[in-house]
Amino acid sequence: MRKKKGINDILEDDDFKTLSRQKNRISIILTILELILYFGFIALIAFNKPLLSKKISGAITLGIPIAILTIIFSWILTGIYIKWANSNYDVLVKKVKEKIGG
Amino acid sequence: MQQTTQTIIGQFNPTAVMFFLLFVITTLAITYWAAKRTRTTKDFYAAGRSITGFQNGLALAGDYMSAASFLGIAGLVSTKGYDGLIYSVGWLVGWPIIMFLISEPLRNLGKYTFADVVAYRLKQRPIRAAAAAGSLITVLFYLIAQMVGAGTLIKLMFGLPYEIAIIIVGALMIAYVLFGGMIATTWVQIIKAILLLGGATLLVILTMIQFGFSYGELFNQAEKLYTSKFLEPGGLITNPIDAFSLGLALMFGTAGLPHILMRFYTVPDAKEARKSVFYATGFIGYFYILTVTIGFGAAVLVGQKVIMSIDKGGNMAGPLLAEVLGGNLFLGFLSAVAFATILAVVSGLTLAGASAFSHDLYVGVIRHGVADEKEEVRIAKIATLGLGISAILLGILFKGQNVAFLVGLTFAIAASANFPALFMSIVWKRFTTKGAVASIYTGLFIATILIILSPTVWVDIIHGKEKKVIETQIKDLETQFNQKIEDLKQKGNLTETIISEEKIQFEAKKKELTSQMPKPIFPLKNPGIYSMAASFLIGILVSLMTREKDAEAKFEEEKIRTYMGIGAES
Repeated sequence: MRKKKGINDILEDDDFKTLSRQKNRISIILTILELILYFGFIALIAFNKPLLSKKISGAITLGIPIAILTIIFSWILTGIYIKWANSNYDVLVKKVKEKIGG
Repeated sequence: MQQTTQTIIGQFNPTAVMFFLLFVITTLAITYWAAKRTRTTKDFYAAGRSITGFQNGLALAGDYMSAASFLGIAGLVSTKGYDGLIYSVGWLVGWPIIMFLISEPLRNLGKYTFADVVAYRLKQRPIRAAAAAGSLITVLFYLIAQMVGAGTLIKLMFGLPYEIAIIIVGALMIAYVLFGGMIATTWVQIIKAILLLGGATLLVILTMIQFGFSYGELFNQAEKLYTSKFLEPGGLITNPIDAFSLGLALMFGTAGLPHILMRFYTVPDAKEARKSVFYATGFIGYFYILTVTIGFGAAVLVGQKVIMSIDKGGNMAGPLLAEVLGGNLFLGFLSAVAFATILAVVSGLTLAGASAFSHDLYVGVIRHGVADEKEEVRIAKIATLGLGISAILLGILFKGQNVAFLVGLTFAIAASANFPALFMSIVWKRFTTKGAVASIYTGLFIATILIILSPTVWVDIIHGKEKKVIETQIKDLETQFNQKIEDLKQKGNLTETIISEEKIQFEAKKKELTSQMPKPIFPLKNPGIYSMAASFLIGILVSLMTREKDAEAKFEEEKIRTYMGIGAES
């Protein structure tokens, strides 16, 4: 019985609610951004080849930096998540853990 | 630019063998060291959870950067230009998804396999059986594709007979996994990743010296040789739905690969797990950017003609470029790295397959979850041996077969059978055992059946002969037509009406022949969009039709563990 109450206490804790809500929100937002990034790129290839074929400097077409940037931005998104998790998420988790004494 | 046609690729290469032996000796020494540290299931499956985030990032990258991606993507870029670049992007984008949706809950809820997570609050036996089926089939298909690729590539690079190459790869992989478990496999993976990243970096530096470190210069020369078409999107994406479907499979398939998911249990906690994805994504992204540079560099400095004369698919673009720029020594080094790459990837796969067999199928299903550590490790080792020998035999059996579709199938199954159940079990309170089992089997069957009915298998493989016959007939028809026009031209009685009459006749015949072409029953090359949707839909519908009060009650408790790692395996 005591354990059950402990669980409910954590679930009802404001900090726990905040951390689970924030974690869900940032995961969904970043996932959607990644989907837009990649499928946006694919959509450009499917529907606007001339744009990607446009020359921007010498022989380099716009498509080349866009493809490379898709890779780099994907990595940056993982970096944003790490930054958020280290500075917000971990702090809240620690706080809740301290409250329940474990 | 020099266009050397002289190459020693395909001949016995002592330098390559020397570098490779060095790698084998080092890794076997590590395996010996690891064997002494491998006692418990935690050691065997999860390297004692002693791997740091950075190390695991390298190991994840090592697991993911196969020889196919190193040699294949460079080859694709060198022969198809920009289209190859598009392809390489698709291989990276699954990693952020792993980080945002999977890595932390997976580490917090599971012990050794992803089935641990799905079975966390559902009924053990049916879930473990289904998840093991999903894992084993994914692993086996991927393993066959890797083995056949390995035999072919090693034959090209070392001049070794196909069967010998397969047996060497198989024997070494069994040795690593059997004796050294996850500890040895992880370090083989880390060493391979460092060698591969180092070798590719060196190759890019040597390439860019030729162009004064100017990408503008590289692309200008590529354009000069192969016209501006080479730097524009071409025919790779003609059907947007097919492209979308492939994209889905690549993205969510990465998050459903058992050998990748298993790696998250080798780190001490969820924080290290997410850190390892950040490093892995960085390494893999960097690697693909290098590979693309290598592809364009090879197109300019080696030349498409030479590349394709050695191997039609362009797989030798990277090694040929190494030979032109760094001579026999660098070629030997890079060939050895490619060999090591193959070895490391198949080792990771074998370990994942063995874990699914022993941890999920044997202990979870056959022994109802009750088995001591010693017994479980013993079964895992037997499974390793069995899987290794099967891989060797299947590799030899599939010699010369077109197995490229197996990679696509692997990702489609991983995305449709493994990912939806894993994801729903983490986030959805009402998810039930029946729902999970239905979702896994639906994904598995639909992905497999649709691939068989798709153009890649139904037309190119099952009806491949008929397709070739008709293709030759069409070609003959075209030559005949051109010949006829040419003849008429010579005779001087060529008028517009005659041409158009002939043309109408020719087009009619061509149309008739084309209509006889074998047609796929399922139009898309990649079933991901349908099989994933079906798996989610069935999982949701069946869950809504059934009710599991226990599982729902346990969800709240699970939430605490999911978000905070309280009670996670350590």
